[in-house]
Amino acid sequence: MKKVFELFWSFFKIGAFTLGGGYAMLSMVEKAVVDQKKWIPNDEFWDMIAVVQSLPGVFAVNTALYVGHRVAGTKGAFAAMLGAIIPSITIILLLATVFREFRDNPVVERVFKGIRPCVVALILAPSLRMIKSAKVTWKTAIIPIATVFLIWWCKISPAYVILAAIAGSLIYALIINKKAKKKEAKP
Amino acid sequence: MIYLQLLWVFVKIGVLGFGGGYAMLSLIQHEVVDNYGWMNTTEFADMVAISQMTPGPISINLATYVGYTAGGFGGSLLASFALCLPSVIMVYLIIKLFMSKKNNSLMTNTLKGLKPAIAGLIFAAGLAMMNTQNFVDFGRGQYNISVVICVLAFVASYFFKANPILLIVLSGVVGFFAY
Repeated sequence: MKKVFELFWSFFKIGAFTLGGGYAMLSMVEKAVVDQKKWIPNDEFWDMIAVVQSLPGVFAVNTALYVGHRVAGTKGAFAAMLGAIIPSITIILLLATVFREFRDNPVVERVFKGIRPCVVALILAPSLRMIKSAKVTWKTAIIPIATVFLIWWCKISPAYVILAAIAGSLIYALIINKKAKKKEAKP
Repeated sequence: MIYLQLLWVFVKIGVLGFGGGYAMLSLIQHEVVDNYGWMNTTEFADMVAISQMTPGPISINLATYVGYTAGGFGGSLLASFALCLPSVIMVYLIIKLFMSKKNNSLMTNTLKGLKPAIAGLIFAAGLAMMNTQNFVDFGRGQYNISVVICVLAFVASYFFKANPILLIVLSGVVGFFAY
């Protein structure tokens, strides 16, 4: 039971103090889980992150669930998950209530008129960085361009676009794996 | 009814949200602004700014905010838990089935292929926010401060990896003096 509470508290602190989302949390989780508490050995932790990272959903929640389960079973999984999300929910609830009161305040309005164009830039920039890191060539550039066109221009639900992209990627992966196997067969 | 809608919307986002909080923006925007009209495009931009500036996972921040706007306190809790529900199921499946090496390489290769599409998805969310509601002085007067803010923030973020929170605060200060 002590471990369950410790899990909750560790993830609560991580949820309350990391800015910038799930990936920013990773080094804090590593510090708490691997270095300080020594719950999980280092190599196992990074193997686990590789799997969790590939799952959809909230990255921080996936990590909390896996670490919690590994350390203290189902109770641990839920304690870690709640610890990770309770600070977020509390802070946003407080802010949302206050913000709706002050939204029409002229000062707040002016400040947010400046912030909105910045938010647009903050969304566009990482998407372009992602294209760079995915090593998109002139040939494969059709994929992000088609995605943007379908969602932004044709107003097709992003849900369908993702499903189509998953199907396409799976076929691509199957072909690649087959090729790799053939190479193994005749050295 | 609103609770059922919130539950359905955020479970769906939890299942299809590959690639973290930003990748969910397009999905959330489509449902919240276009489909159900719980928010307009400026409220959406404000929510993204607030979620970025506050600690914790961005997608949980977004879900709580949307849930609160659409369905009050109960809605906020429901939306956040709905978003986590697919994660709970999937992580348990992964633990029980224990991924084999073969499945692992298939999964990483699938994700490699998915990445360019996710980048497009995020880009589309940004494009959809480029309108005169979010760029208030666009086409009015000769200065177009909002366009300048956007371009400078983009350069700072893309080329210099500037801290997003710092950029939001600076833009707020510029907005305060400019408007």
